[in-house]
Amino acid sequence: MGTPLLELRGINKSFGPVQVLRNVDFSVHPGEVTALVGDNGAGKSTLVKCIGGIYSTDSGEYLMDGKPVHVHSPRDAAHLGVEIVYQDLALCDNLDIVQNMFLGRERRSGIILDEPSMEELAAKTLAGLSVRTVKSVRQLVSSLSGGQRQTVAIAKAVLWNSKLVILDEPTAALGVAQTAQVLELVRRLADNGLAVVLISHNMNDVFAVSDRIAALYLGQMAAQVKTTDVTHAQVVELITSGRSGSLGLVEEGAVA
Amino acid sequence: MSAVTATSNAPAEQAPVAEEKAGVWSYAKDYGRRLRGGELGSLPAVGGLVVLCLVFAIARPRFFTPINFANLLTQAAPLMMIAMGLVFVLLLGEIDLSAGFASGVCAAVLAKALAEWGMPWYVAILMAIATGIVIGAIIGFLVAKIGIPSFVVTLAGFLVFQGVVLTLLKEGTNISIRDTVILGIQKSTMSEAMGWAFAAIVILGYAAVQLYSLVNRRKRGLVTVPWQIVALRVGGLAALTIYAVDTLNVNRAVALGDLRGVPNVVPVIASILVIWTFVLRRTKFGRHIYAVGGNREAARRAGINVDLIRISAFVICSAMAAVGGIVAASEAASVDPNTGGSTVLLYAVGAAVIGGTSLFGGKGRVIDAVLGALVIAVIINGMGLVDWKAGVKFIITGGVLLLAAGVDALTRRRAAASR
Repeated sequence: MGTPLLELRGINKSFGPVQVLRNVDFSVHPGEVTALVGDNGAGKSTLVKCIGGIYSTDSGEYLMDGKPVHVHSPRDAAHLGVEIVYQDLALCDNLDIVQNMFLGRERRSGIILDEPSMEELAAKTLAGLSVRTVKSVRQLVSSLSGGQRQTVAIAKAVLWNSKLVILDEPTAALGVAQTAQVLELVRRLADNGLAVVLISHNMNDVFAVSDRIAALYLGQMAAQVKTTDVTHAQVVELITSGRSGSLGLVEEGAVA
Repeated sequence: MSAVTATSNAPAEQAPVAEEKAGVWSYAKDYGRRLRGGELGSLPAVGGLVVLCLVFAIARPRFFTPINFANLLTQAAPLMMIAMGLVFVLLLGEIDLSAGFASGVCAAVLAKALAEWGMPWYVAILMAIATGIVIGAIIGFLVAKIGIPSFVVTLAGFLVFQGVVLTLLKEGTNISIRDTVILGIQKSTMSEAMGWAFAAIVILGYAAVQLYSLVNRRKRGLVTVPWQIVALRVGGLAALTIYAVDTLNVNRAVALGDLRGVPNVVPVIASILVIWTFVLRRTKFGRHIYAVGGNREAARRAGINVDLIRISAFVICSAMAAVGGIVAASEAASVDPNTGGSTVLLYAVGAAVIGGTSLFGGKGRVIDAVLGALVIAVIINGMGLVDWKAGVKFIITGGVLLLAAGVDALTRRRAAASR
């Protein structure tokens, strides 16, 4: 299988007396969609924020392409090619698609914004993701549907030659058709060679696009398995009780 | 050979945009769709301006005389300056209620520098603008770093600056301005030839910018505005400018003497308008102002220094208030405790909003302030000509402001609903 793009080993993270992540191992491979599942409070968001450099870890190793790295800020993560697309989309309604995709990283010639080259690159990126749902890249984001907004947010993450894109519940607020569109886009990201982490509560979504499933249970990594090796029911069990048959957290099961 | 490949590749790469045709008809349809979606732009202000001018011209033919036209421009000038600065603050969804008296403070500094400290005019102007920058920096710091709502900070500023003006002017004396350069901003005019040169610069400059963008985008295979629309825009601006300069070049002296030419303040306003429009539309800083006004959290996540942007907007606003104060001092030929007081602030906010700048932030242009200030000046000037009492003037101006804010709120709701 080769070296994973991102590998976390033995990550611990506490907020005061509360230990949110315990000895978490997590690996993500390029060209694959890894679904990160877990109940509310299992530590999904915390884990993602540690990867994104928003939180620093208490202990544990963070490896990119097999090399240990230190990530202390979102900027460090961005330099490593890690982009997070948040659930509450970080888009400005009053700006158009191009302006949003380049927000904070505008291209300039002299002091003047280089609009034509930004527009070209934005259109190219959307075309590269086979996005055909937006009519014009100069449309205001306020005029877009939920699925189109999610598409723009994802395309924005892709634009920066990122290697790892983390999507936090990208389909949570979408209808059936739009969900299908976004999932298709998620799949295409991985097929283009990116490593994708998909956080989702929806088992249908997870089984529809993911190659691997990582289940967190009370701050511990219960299991990281191939999607083809497990069933819906097993994953639900992993989420709710931390184990399922031979899978999952053994020692805690023994205590119980 | 390579040229052929390039052209055949272009449409494929531009998949999301290629379907839109660059025809006039589709442009018009698109414009109609934007209007219905609540993006009215400056349409209400321009429409209002035309209607008001017609009404007043019919009621009082005197309204359409060259002298009244020149008066209109100079009356609107201080308002335009303050309103242009307010656009920056309004774009962030903030408000500056102190801009009126801030302009008073800066005007008082100007008057003292000229009359009491014997400074040359350029030093006095720099001192006035520097005062504005300091005021803006203080307000911006209190809003962005301490976190006091701008409404409260600037309401306090409204009172404080009123007191500062009184103190500077020794409890109510007024200082006359005698410096010919300062007076000349509002009172003197350009020669006829200079007026035409100015018109040529405006028209050719605008045409050059529009053409450059058209050609540049065509070359890269991007969607462009149809050339007919560009021609219409340039032609419209040219017609307006030529008509205005021609009217202003007529002798408008009431009795003896010869008074003609474009008032000096007009090219000043035009330059400032161009500069701020450039800053807002074509620079990273301007883009970030819109971003912070649209979604502060998204801007922060994009790595924008939100506090710095907010402080700079207040600095620009107060600096422009200083410019407005200088123009007002030139207009009145003196500075008194009421400079920048009474209705100045409300008219300035009204000008920006009537022009189409949203009170909710994220939407607005500098030209809005100029158009809106013209609307307000026309109302005040026209009502003066039809001899309406001050009370009626206030009621009507207040009503127009309310109407503009209502249009703003409704189009915003409409935009949210049409999603």
